[in-house]
Amino acid sequence: MFKMMFRVLALMLLAGSAFAAPTFVFTAIPDQDETRLKQRFQKVADYLQQELQTEVRFIPVKSYAATITAFRNNQVQLAWFGGLSGVKARELVPDSRAVAQGVEDPEFKSYFIAHQSTGLNAADHLPQSIRGLTFTFGSKGSTSGRLMPEYHLREQFGQTPDELFNRVGFSGNHSRTIALVESGAYQLGALNYKVWDAAVEAGKVDTAKVKVIWETPTYPDYQWTLRGDLDAVYGKGFTARVEQALLKMNDPELLSSFPRQGFIPASNSDFEPVRKVAKQIGLLD
Amino acid sequence: MSFTEAMLSSLYRWSGGVKTSIGFVLVAICCLFIADLEVSSIDPWAEMWRLAEGLFHPSLMQSSLVLEALLSTLAFAFAGVALAVVGGFLLALMFHNAFVRGFCALVRSIHELFWALIFLQFFGLHPLTGLLAIAIPYSGIFARMYAEILAQVPKLPAQALPPEAGYLNTLIYTRLPLAWPHLVSYTSYRLECGIRSSAILGFVGLPTLGYYLESSFSQGYYSEVAALLMLFYLLIATKKIWLRRWTLPVLFLGSPFFLGDGMPIVWGNAWRFISEDIIPAPLRNSEAGGQWESLSELSQWASDIMLDQALPGIWNTLVLSQIALVVTGLCALLMFPLISRHCYSLPGRIPGHVLLVIARSTPEYLLAYILLQLLGPSMLPAVIALAIHNGALIGYLSGRHSNELALRSDLPNRRLDRYFYELLPRIYPSFLSFMLYRWEVIMRETAILGILGVHTLGFFVDSAIQEIRFDVALLLILTAALLNIAVDMFSRRIQRYI
Repeated sequence: MFKMMFRVLALMLLAGSAFAAPTFVFTAIPDQDETRLKQRFQKVADYLQQELQTEVRFIPVKSYAATITAFRNNQVQLAWFGGLSGVKARELVPDSRAVAQGVEDPEFKSYFIAHQSTGLNAADHLPQSIRGLTFTFGSKGSTSGRLMPEYHLREQFGQTPDELFNRVGFSGNHSRTIALVESGAYQLGALNYKVWDAAVEAGKVDTAKVKVIWETPTYPDYQWTLRGDLDAVYGKGFTARVEQALLKMNDPELLSSFPRQGFIPASNSDFEPVRKVAKQIGLLD
Repeated sequence: MSFTEAMLSSLYRWSGGVKTSIGFVLVAICCLFIADLEVSSIDPWAEMWRLAEGLFHPSLMQSSLVLEALLSTLAFAFAGVALAVVGGFLLALMFHNAFVRGFCALVRSIHELFWALIFLQFFGLHPLTGLLAIAIPYSGIFARMYAEILAQVPKLPAQALPPEAGYLNTLIYTRLPLAWPHLVSYTSYRLECGIRSSAILGFVGLPTLGYYLESSFSQGYYSEVAALLMLFYLLIATKKIWLRRWTLPVLFLGSPFFLGDGMPIVWGNAWRFISEDIIPAPLRNSEAGGQWESLSELSQWASDIMLDQALPGIWNTLVLSQIALVVTGLCALLMFPLISRHCYSLPGRIPGHVLLVIARSTPEYLLAYILLQLLGPSMLPAVIALAIHNGALIGYLSGRHSNELALRSDLPNRRLDRYFYELLPRIYPSFLSFMLYRWEVIMRETAILGILGVHTLGFFVDSAIQEIRFDVALLLILTAALLNIAVDMFSRRIQRYI
């Protein structure tokens, strides 16, 4: 068996090295509609290819953790991360830097939503009566669907979500959080405010059944993060050119992939609040 | 004679198989009292309506993408299973060795999805990730089954050989030919499982059907889900037509060409995974502290994980899988007559076949999600999803087995009598051994139901991987593996007792 495996390994190694020309590869956390992710980000890849004059490729991944791993393993050199995934990735890859964020990202927020049967209404804090209800986060690695909601629950109630609620689930993503709370499968949920707003605007949510009961204070979220060793591989000044290309992206069609109005400069220290919260909750060592 | 004595003496006369079944049912009933089976949904019908509407209006997304996904699903399945057949057979020949047995139990006790998640760290999105994620656990499975099949071969032909006939001759001229039909039949069944596993690996990012299935499903594009599922059912249902002796070499040899290229492997990553990532955090971070200090930190670290994650995880996994196992058995016993030639004529069996293909090919994860909408979060959707999926699988195997039976000529005319007095007693022993094999599979599968807020061991493993804590993940995976090995040993004992 081992001989066979080695042969396969050797074959794949050969196949792998044939592709080792320095294609610049980027990825994005799968927090939006994944089915169109490939088509939408292909346009961004084309744009970057034109700006950078080098081959650029987008690869789709299935989870936040896979995005971090691909970045850490140097299989992608640039990634569109969430707040938490970006912080984690930069802890794992020395010299990597947050270089750009969406115009909206310094003031991102999460919504807590509730099924109408709970009788809860929008308020400026979460009511005591949410104790003992059922609650769903989004993905385990999401900033707006997990980290910040959990932080605020702990802050306001002094308990972990497991102690506070009758049941705590992880829906997997923001859209599914809406669907699960709308059907009452879970009574409460928390998610990315942009996904909620977009779903309401598209008429995909029955707002008679589910509504926003609280919005969190703002926090920094998504950002573009670059590895630190690019100039050595792609030539001097490459990092600066990538930064420039990202910041001057202004085609509405491209920006709608994120969806953001535009990009502004960012730095690692902008995400210090996220890192602190993640540490406090124990999601980061 | 008092009533209890009468009960006891009648119990004494019952066969080991019946007693075992009663034991399992009693355990499951006890678990019912502990388990969280609350129904708490409120109004699932809007979403269910959307789902039904989608299922009746299947629409394919880009057909070129789907064709590619279909081909790579088959490619991973065939290449992975082919590697596993070779590996499994060699391991089966050494299966008398306790170390080999332990190794096989260990590798097959880890779910394909977890293997894939581990190899994603090594190789990233590379075909090798998917290939090994199937080949490694399947080697362990093949090793066990091949060893058992070879052990059941009559010994007389081997004894008839002259004493100087060596091990290899005995194997090639007596044991192998006798075992051949069983080996082939089992391998062909496993190929179907391989196709399912390969499709499901798409959930973690490999370019198989599961990739598109999960993406469409999570966005609520149910007509795309329907189209993909139907394609998948069709693939499984027509297996008999395209999986022939003469197509096999083509499929096996062709599969490596459809695995895709993926990203280049960086070997430093594999080394880092072994030398850093899986080293427990207190040891990895201890440079300043003395040896004793880090040792006490290590024990603190391990006991924290044990108390907060491993023990509750084991408990929930056991409770959930004991109930699911018994419900699975009931489902299987209800479903197998649908495809049995002793119960229905050929046209009459077609709906049964369709039902069983659908039930056994729909990933449990999808079933669990739909049931979550209908029943609310608890263990209940998990139990039902596992029972439908595994019940249909065992129903299929039992039905197939019943078709090989030649029944007595004075068969009762009424279908119900025939079922209870003839068919059921005849297939029961093999049904029970299918169930005992499935036991550890069900335990493994309880892992992927974190969406229900049910904290099984797999839920904690997934959390650790999502948090990029491979030291924790590895400790939990090993715990799960030990649990599986224990169940495996126990089920072997029962098997012998029956």
